[in-house]
Amino acid sequence: MDVFLQQLINGLTLGSIYGLIAIGYTMVFGIIGMVNFAHGDVFMVSSFIALIAFLILTAWLGISSVALALLLVLVISMALTALWGWAIERVAYRPLRGSFRLAPLISAIGVSIFLSNFVQVAQGARNKSLPPMLEGGIALTQGEGYTVFLSYKQCLIVGVTVALLTGFWYLVQRTPFGRAQRACEQDRKMAALLGIDVDRTISLTFVLGAALAAVAGVLYLLYYGVVSFSDGFVPGVKAFTAAVLGGIGSLPGAVLGGLIIGLIEVFWSAYFSIEYKDVAAFSILAIVLIFMPSGILGRAEVEKV
Amino acid sequence: MSVAGINVLVEETRARQAAAGAPLLAVSGVSTYYGSVAALRGVDLTVGEGEIVTLIGANGAGKSTLMMTIFGAPQARSGTITYAGQDITRLPTHAIARLGLAQSPEGRRVFPRMSVFENLQMGASLNGGRTFAPDLERVCGLFPRLKERLQQRAGTMSGGEQQMLAIGRALMSRPRLLLLDEPSLGLAPLVVKGIFDAIRDLNRTDGMTIFLVEQNAYHALKLAHRGYVLVNGRVTMSGTGRQLLDDPAVKAAYLEGGHGAAPGA
Repeated sequence: MDVFLQQLINGLTLGSIYGLIAIGYTMVFGIIGMVNFAHGDVFMVSSFIALIAFLILTAWLGISSVALALLLVLVISMALTALWGWAIERVAYRPLRGSFRLAPLISAIGVSIFLSNFVQVAQGARNKSLPPMLEGGIALTQGEGYTVFLSYKQCLIVGVTVALLTGFWYLVQRTPFGRAQRACEQDRKMAALLGIDVDRTISLTFVLGAALAAVAGVLYLLYYGVVSFSDGFVPGVKAFTAAVLGGIGSLPGAVLGGLIIGLIEVFWSAYFSIEYKDVAAFSILAIVLIFMPSGILGRAEVEKV
Repeated sequence: MSVAGINVLVEETRARQAAAGAPLLAVSGVSTYYGSVAALRGVDLTVGEGEIVTLIGANGAGKSTLMMTIFGAPQARSGTITYAGQDITRLPTHAIARLGLAQSPEGRRVFPRMSVFENLQMGASLNGGRTFAPDLERVCGLFPRLKERLQQRAGTMSGGEQQMLAIGRALMSRPRLLLLDEPSLGLAPLVVKGIFDAIRDLNRTDGMTIFLVEQNAYHALKLAHRGYVLVNGRVTMSGTGRQLLDDPAVKAAYLEGGHGAAPGA
């Protein structure tokens, strides 16, 4: 039971990070029907931005409060990564809109390769590490030689994720921008007929997706303490899997999918073998898609006319 | 106000326009292509302020293409479209909408996974919600059915209800020129009558200019001040609603069998 509880905590933490990345995939797919393969690398870039920002803030500017530094790092990383997201859409995807369906997909793979190589050249190929911080935690249960431990980092990760997703949910469901965004998702031409600037809405979708990936990037860096130029790939693919599992195009689905993938991975590692955790995650994906082709919360493609 | 009084008003409006020399919407020499296929071949027509103008024609004549071309989606390959004296031929769709045109398009195109209320909010995107409450009230007054269903998902409503929503949504932006593409398509005669009555009201009481595309030629011509006939992407005939109704060629091509369907006027 104790082991189960511990793995549940670990799985939810990891799942939060996947969920934050998955939203970027699912929103972009929802609005322009394209899988943004560069999104995982955007996430990796945000981790590097966070690392550099943290070192500048603490070493050069001498900010000693960890909470303040983390907050600033989060804001800086979100802003700069959002700028990356905006620029990528502008340079690599928008000129291809209206082109054949595979064109932006290929362009996305190109951007992905560009980003990881750019970071490799600019930052070097070795793992970069963050000085240890925010150590410690709360021991939930004790005894029989096993302690269920909830670290402060995990509290922070889950807390930040919940807070940001709540804000994000409000933005999409209750504000004019969110409404325009959903309208473009359902019928771009009609949205334009109502005076919505579709290109601008798509740009903002990329900005939002990148900002959420940046949150994930900061939390990832904080959790694991290291990041390398190749770290965009595996979490990116996992988050994409999460988006598909939850039903691509569905925001709650992306979060749910992220949590499920995180939990599967962690439980499989704990109870079976850590080597096969990715196999387990992707197998579950395959099985779910056989029985629910549009994902757990995805909608079937029929609509009343 | 009496019908005669209205007619005088309309005549006055037209006279003022003639003096000013510019109709609200002028389409001149417009050709539109889908790939290499011409859908419109040099269409000329005008819509004056305060008028109801209808465009009739068979399926595939290019009626809906013209409606969308006015909104720049697709853009005309040649010719010009002017609205209130401004050339809008090359403007992006959303910029055209911002000039005060609204459209209830072919196929209704309500946002299926939004509630009726949200669809109407989308319609009001342009005026920033300042006049939302009275506009909502007006639309609900025109279409009481919508009022009962504000929280329902638009995609689950019947075709007639979706049509009311599409028109209501277009009205939410307080357009100066309203484009309606086949508002009666597939609807029960009673509902059609309701929608045509609503169009007449909008024109008479609010002075809204309406450009109407219809397959229901009889109703449309009875309602409209003027009409055009579109055949294979060309305007082949034009005149007042009455003239076209009485024209033998129009009768033969578009009106036979139409008389029986509940004359609403």
